[in-house]
Amino acid sequence: MSIGAKIRSYIQENFLFTDDTSAFADNDSFLEQGIIDSTGVLELVFFVEEQFGIKVADREMIPENFDSVANIARFIQNKQATP
Amino acid sequence: MSVAHFLLQDSLTHSAARLGAKTALVVEGRSYSYTELCAAAQRLAGALRRLGLERGDRVAIYMDNTWPCVVAIYGALLAGGVFLVINPQTKADKLEFVLDDSDARILLTDSHLQSVFEPVLARAAKLIATICSGTPPDAPNILAFDALLGDGEPKSLLGEAIPLDLAALIYTSGSTGTPKGVMHTHQSMLFAINSLTRYLRLAESDRLLCALPLAFDYGLYQLLMAVALGATLVLERSFTFPAQVFARLEEQDVTVFPGVPTIFAMLLAAHAREPLCFPKVTRVTNTAAALPDDFTKRLRSVFPNALLYKMYGLTECKRVSYLEPELIDSKPGSVGKAIPGTETYLLSPEGQPVPPGETGILHVRGPHVMLGYWKRPDLSARMLKAGRLPGERVLCTQDYFRMDEQGFLYFVGRNDDIIKTRGEKVSPVEVENAMHGIPGISQVAVIGVPDELLGQAIRAYVVLENGSSLSAKQIRAQCLARLENYMVPKDISICTELPVTATGKVSKKILQEQN
Repeated sequence: MSIGAKIRSYIQENFLFTDDTSAFADNDSFLEQGIIDSTGVLELVFFVEEQFGIKVADREMIPENFDSVANIARFIQNKQATP
Repeated sequence: MSVAHFLLQDSLTHSAARLGAKTALVVEGRSYSYTELCAAAQRLAGALRRLGLERGDRVAIYMDNTWPCVVAIYGALLAGGVFLVINPQTKADKLEFVLDDSDARILLTDSHLQSVFEPVLARAAKLIATICSGTPPDAPNILAFDALLGDGEPKSLLGEAIPLDLAALIYTSGSTGTPKGVMHTHQSMLFAINSLTRYLRLAESDRLLCALPLAFDYGLYQLLMAVALGATLVLERSFTFPAQVFARLEEQDVTVFPGVPTIFAMLLAAHAREPLCFPKVTRVTNTAAALPDDFTKRLRSVFPNALLYKMYGLTECKRVSYLEPELIDSKPGSVGKAIPGTETYLLSPEGQPVPPGETGILHVRGPHVMLGYWKRPDLSARMLKAGRLPGERVLCTQDYFRMDEQGFLYFVGRNDDIIKTRGEKVSPVEVENAMHGIPGISQVAVIGVPDELLGQAIRAYVVLENGSSLSAKQIRAQCLARLENYMVPKDISICTELPVTATGKVSKKILQEQN
């Protein structure tokens, strides 16, 4: 499963409680679509840290890194490329 | 300030005339001057009038915390209208209810909310137009916000409104489960702005940060106060990405930071991981739910130069009381005294004065008290009671308080079962009503349970219809389609039956005791 697919499936399962893959697009903003809130972001960050073995600093928890499936996938790839 | 202002929108036109190029607003990193804000609001007002908006008509603003939202608030006022801001998390059924209940004539919204508002429009017969930011859906009667603003020179409209006219309806959850519109006049709102800015010791040089929704009066007043003072508002969409808000606090030299306990809990958790310090912030305010006493000391290390305000309020009068920040250590647990220009007193359920130290029902007297609930005289009569002067009405908050010998107030409890979660009021009945609409659910009972981060978390107990195989996950998905995110139960427990009282009603007391 690709990074994006793993993120998507986690969000569907834990925030939208659905199996419907058309619920949102990879570039949809979580903020604009009301998909996650502030407590949700923390859960998502814990998931990313655990699943992909990376460490996320507080200052990295910003929309550029965490506001869409595409942004998260890019962030993880960059992190993995520069350990 | 208050002398010159008859109407809420005067605060904008006066600040624009006085300060022109000064930054009024910073949204998503972009700055807007007072001249720009006033011109945009005047252009929108002109457009609203051309569309047929008349004095006193309601303008519904279903938008995120954005530049168009701020323009919409002042544009509606300048056009002589009454604005109401609807939380962008609101789902279709409630949006439809609020549009219908308020008899809104114009809806201003954001294109990314299209999937929610579009199906509602077909049934919203009272609307004369919908104005949409971003790229609007291609439909007749949906106008583009940007195109509308591009039309012509900004003109100041001759105001017909007087200070006794309504300026805003602020919808709030009620224990009956149906949201109700709190009516505030220009006069009551200008008074509240004046009182709040005075005790918060705010000045034109202040820079206020607002990450609270503008649909929430605590958020809305950050904007109203900033504009009235000629100060600067740094508007954030939400507190979803705390790190972004922290960065903004620093880069924008913010001096005033309003929050609710859930925000402060997240801030302190981040501080424990990686120390935070914002020495430029000089005022930190808390309301909506009580700030735990142990937060005070820890917040001081994050905001070493800030006065910390503990406050108490309800939408029906904007704010009731505040504790002078210098007294925060000597009066732990207190929410202080009445805000400037108002008074509070406690009465027994029979209407008799209550001696110091004893519990009574809090009453509030002042020009900040609402006119009543929109089209709900029954509910208004419950909250607005005869005062000491002939014809006067005072607000009976229905909340229980205690007052010490020096007149300081201490919150004791509510007399309804409203849940306070992350600073938001949630009616269990509203959640139950929405859940009853889910096919397969036979019975449901919703309660609030203590939660370290949220204050209270929402828990639902559900009995399924025979043959239904709904899972808790499926129920949450259905809830999310019907309720604002913060109203969706955190825990759903599927049971075979609900405990009942001797009279056969579901006993929430027993459910509470099981926790």
